[in-house]
Amino acid sequence: MVTGLINENPIIYPKKERRLRTDSSTTDEFTPEPIDQLEIFDILNFGNCNPFVVDIKDPEHPNTLEDLRVVTEDSVEVDDENSYVRVTFTPTVEHCSMATVIGLCVRVKLLRSLPSRYKIDIRVAPGSHATEDALNKQLNDKERVAAALENPNLVEMVDECLPSEE
Amino acid sequence: MDLMEKNLELVEIQKLEGHTDRVWSVAWNPVSSQADGVSPILASCSGDNTVRIWEQSSLSRSWTCKTVLEETHTRTVRSCAWSPSGQLLATASFDGTTGIWKNYGSEFDCISTLEGHENEVKSVSWNASGSHLATCSRDKSVWIWEVLEGNEYDCAAVLTGHTQDVKMVQWHPTMDVLFSCSYDNTIKVWWSEDDDGEYQCVQTLGESNNGHSSTVWSISFNAAGDKMVTCSDDLTLKIWGTDIARMQSGEDYAPWIHLCTLSGYHDRTIYSAHWSRDDIIASGAGDNAIRLFVDSKDDSVDGPSYNLLLKKNKAHENDVNSVQWSPGEGNRLLASASDDGMVKIWQLATKP
Repeated sequence: MVTGLINENPIIYPKKERRLRTDSSTTDEFTPEPIDQLEIFDILNFGNCNPFVVDIKDPEHPNTLEDLRVVTEDSVEVDDENSYVRVTFTPTVEHCSMATVIGLCVRVKLLRSLPSRYKIDIRVAPGSHATEDALNKQLNDKERVAAALENPNLVEMVDECLPSEE
Repeated sequence: MDLMEKNLELVEIQKLEGHTDRVWSVAWNPVSSQADGVSPILASCSGDNTVRIWEQSSLSRSWTCKTVLEETHTRTVRSCAWSPSGQLLATASFDGTTGIWKNYGSEFDCISTLEGHENEVKSVSWNASGSHLATCSRDKSVWIWEVLEGNEYDCAAVLTGHTQDVKMVQWHPTMDVLFSCSYDNTIKVWWSEDDDGEYQCVQTLGESNNGHSSTVWSISFNAAGDKMVTCSDDLTLKIWGTDIARMQSGEDYAPWIHLCTLSGYHDRTIYSAHWSRDDIIASGAGDNAIRLFVDSKDDSVDGPSYNLLLKKNKAHENDVNSVQWSPGEGNRLLASASDDGMVKIWQLATKP
């Protein structure tokens, strides 16, 4: 196991002011509202308005991925019409060995929250990690993700980073 | 039927519901679909740790689940393969084992479990005579198993050479030449020159010889065995060819050469490609679509080229993981398996 932290003194950023969601133009409650960037960002749990929602935590720190600017609102791209989401995250240090777990947490959270029609791509920000290509390949190989999610130790690790589902 | 008439459509015959998780793979029983009067049988395997056996009723023509093979594998069953006789079904599982099931007509029994891989087994394939099996795993190795008397299986060879997990193994349809494809972006060809079972890697098809630039997910051969199609996370299909007569004459190994690349058709990972007996290539991809390709018959100096025959959008509600043509002549049935938990049976038919 990891002895000592990989990043002992991470920079904690203040939470960004929440932009207000624009009102839906339709008043018909049966019209499904498209999922937008902010909603995905909120699914990834950077919302601080709901006391029952605990943010995704950095596996190493009690801080959330937003606090550490691992994921920001701008790093979420969403195309609801084509059911597509891409999240680009920035590990806190270039050699962060937890990057795979962070990526897996983001994927699991989105898999559990979004309708199954969504295609999800997860990647690390260009230049942010020493083994960027290998990481991106691993995080987007669904067979390896499926196998990882059958591993109880990994699932426990992911669950510890994710807010409780209640 | 002239394939280039372009008046063909893929008609959904039936949706087979039953799996409770994604369906990874389907396999047609080779015997049942060839003989007249024998109902076609299809096996499907899933992330729900089970295998389902589906049979078409000769009267109603509708498909039903005949039996569920469960409580043997403790994790995902990633792929399955029928022996050439149609009597045995091999199942590769993430639990690290390969199951051998015997078909007793109305029921199936697990008669043997092949252990040895360090972790997830991803694919299993029988050679043409049914005397050998090959398996591959995330442990980067390919194993060859010899079928002995009394449901015994002996490890005949452990082949190492891939630098990453091996996604699929596939024996050549007529000769004892084994092919494997991997997360390391390459396809490796394994052959025993002296027929003594000493399998060696005789060729590696990689990016430097016009190969794939990302994970290679599957391999399929045409009926003659002189062409092979591979599909990849790099969003292309590649066609390879060899001098099959030279190999069959026993002269020496005839290398496989890149013939052409089908690019620009897919925008998500291609998980499966399968070559039909009448030369139609089907592909199943992460964009929920099934595509069919045929040789354009344009003789050009650049070699053969393939045209898109048709694209079935929204074939499934999620990724298409496996497409397999039925082995029977003429009826042109295609089975597909998806992350949406469904197996579908399609018929290639002429538009009315």
